[in-house]
Amino acid sequence: MKQPIAPAGTPGADLAVGLFVMLLGALTLYAACAIPDSPLYAQVGAKAVPYLVGVILVLLGGGLSAVALRGGWSRDNEEAMAAPPTNWRALALLGAGLLVQVALIGWLGFVIAATIQYVLVCAAFGSRRPVRDLAIGIAVTLGAYLGFSRLLGVNIGAGVLEGLL
Amino acid sequence: MDAISGLAMGFGNALTPINLGWALLGCFLGTAIGVLPGLGPALTIALLLPVTFQVEATGAFILFCGVFYGAMYGGSTTSILLNTPGESGSIITALEGAKMARHGRAGPALVTAAIGSFVAGTVGTLGISFVGPLVVEVALKLGPAEYFSLMLLCFVTVSAVLGGSALRGLTSLGFGLMLGLVGIDLQTGQPRLTFGIPELLDGVNVVLVAVALFAVGETLHLAWRHVEGNQEVRPVGRLWMSAGDWRRSIGPWLRGSFLGFPFGVLPAGGTEMPTMLSYYAERKLVKPEHAGEFGTTGAIEGVAGPEAANNAAAAGVLVPMLTLGLPTSATAAIMLSAFQSYGIQPGPLLFTQQPVLVWTLIASLYIANVMLVVLNLPLVGLWARILKIPTPQLYAGILVFATIGTYGISNSVTDLVLLYGIGIIAMFMRRFDFPTAPVVIGMILGPMAEQALRQALTISQGDWSTFVTRPISLGILLVAVLALSGPRLWGAWRARAAR
Repeated sequence: MKQPIAPAGTPGADLAVGLFVMLLGALTLYAACAIPDSPLYAQVGAKAVPYLVGVILVLLGGGLSAVALRGGWSRDNEEAMAAPPTNWRALALLGAGLLVQVALIGWLGFVIAATIQYVLVCAAFGSRRPVRDLAIGIAVTLGAYLGFSRLLGVNIGAGVLEGLL
Repeated sequence: MDAISGLAMGFGNALTPINLGWALLGCFLGTAIGVLPGLGPALTIALLLPVTFQVEATGAFILFCGVFYGAMYGGSTTSILLNTPGESGSIITALEGAKMARHGRAGPALVTAAIGSFVAGTVGTLGISFVGPLVVEVALKLGPAEYFSLMLLCFVTVSAVLGGSALRGLTSLGFGLMLGLVGIDLQTGQPRLTFGIPELLDGVNVVLVAVALFAVGETLHLAWRHVEGNQEVRPVGRLWMSAGDWRRSIGPWLRGSFLGFPFGVLPAGGTEMPTMLSYYAERKLVKPEHAGEFGTTGAIEGVAGPEAANNAAAAGVLVPMLTLGLPTSATAAIMLSAFQSYGIQPGPLLFTQQPVLVWTLIASLYIANVMLVVLNLPLVGLWARILKIPTPQLYAGILVFATIGTYGISNSVTDLVLLYGIGIIAMFMRRFDFPTAPVVIGMILGPMAEQALRQALTISQGDWSTFVTRPISLGILLVAVLALSGPRLWGAWRARAAR
């Protein structure tokens, strides 16, 4: 019996997925309770379908958990079983790129935030030439900004560099 | 209006220089983005949706038609040269096509895929022109009860029948339904599932979800298991098919097309099933002297048939989308939301209320199809060069475009948090083998189904039996039950017979 290399291949991970789906269902049910009762009479009001979707998600999550407890489904998934181990460095850099975008876009504007994100994502995928990435990043984000805002008339918001253009 | 006069009018409209320009631009952009590994037509159209702010409806839909067909062509190029299928429909193409490329026959594989797509696109578009008006006539007789049953059937087929597991497919659908509930209830005006966040009152944007699922999730999933080093792109070689290749391709092209189209039209909207069936059929029908090529050096039949089936099914999906307003694939769901952003509701009335738009759209599908076969083979060198963009720059660029496409919708950081959050969920969905298309379909179709349900119950004065006493509705529900239980009963019966 060959042991799977990736720890994510154990039924425990599948069980976590099942529990997460149940949690999602519970969240939907909780939010459905919070919908105020409508004064209008209706056979099916605003609450019925959210309740239904919540119950369905809880049941599906239960089903997935049951499958996980019987060994899980990931062991039959060749792609997941043969996958190389988790690349924490890549995930961390990529996550930093996403956080930078969320934190800076409102303050410094799209072009600067997206350029920093570009360099971080390049580094996540193994690029070792940050200066070149920075140059390409500025070109790409400026091109995207001008294309969307000037050609398509999409409002991408204000920012430090955007104000100069 | 009958198909012939409709088409005449449509071509009259679509052949103006401006509209031809839109078609050309669509074909070019669609192929260029479709070639990028992991990106398909749904994401391409989602990212291009902002053009709807500037361009009138006809021009925009001609553009989307070009993108739609172009992205499928691009996807087959990637499958053959890089062995990374961008969508489920081209998995089979990658199976045989990448093997042909590895044995120096990338050229014939690309040519047979391109011409096969052209044959299938022609069959599919002819099918839309002539089947569409027939479906409209039936559809005009359907009330809310029938519509609700039809949508239930859609839910069942797109999530439970196709793909690996009904449980996981339905979970994806449920996630989509949940996202579709967020926002103000259309009938009572009450906020639902907004958790007190004012930005959520308008609901979750479908473009945001599509971009999160197909671009952010894909990028994160790649980073999760990233190993340094670039994938090898196979050389294109000479774009030429020998007489023998032609003889071997013609049958599969036609069989694939006629197999694929009905699968697309039925609300079973997947391209997986027809491509699989076409593959097995060609494997059975192949001449004995070529049978050994399947799975070893790559058989041209295994590219020609499935590729034709894939394109014909994708064209067929437009029939329920245009005539019933029912999207049965992620791409169709995004197209539907494009219609909605113009205030146009696809459905049986579309053919009578917007005949010019509908027939121009269909005519431009023919035009896109011809343009692609003329353009793509000479330009295949250019597409192969796009494949050589190094991974870091490629995915950094994809994330930048995903961000600008989403941030441009509302300029809200809440939307970006949602984009990345759903992207992280999509990464786990990829890892744990949950299909993503049901999320988009559930999100678009869920609110429509809820409205149909409430209308039907208002008409019947609260009598739930309306769904089973109206014969058409009952019939559709029975098909849905059969579709859900049929494969399992069949499996159980086979298991018993084997014992």
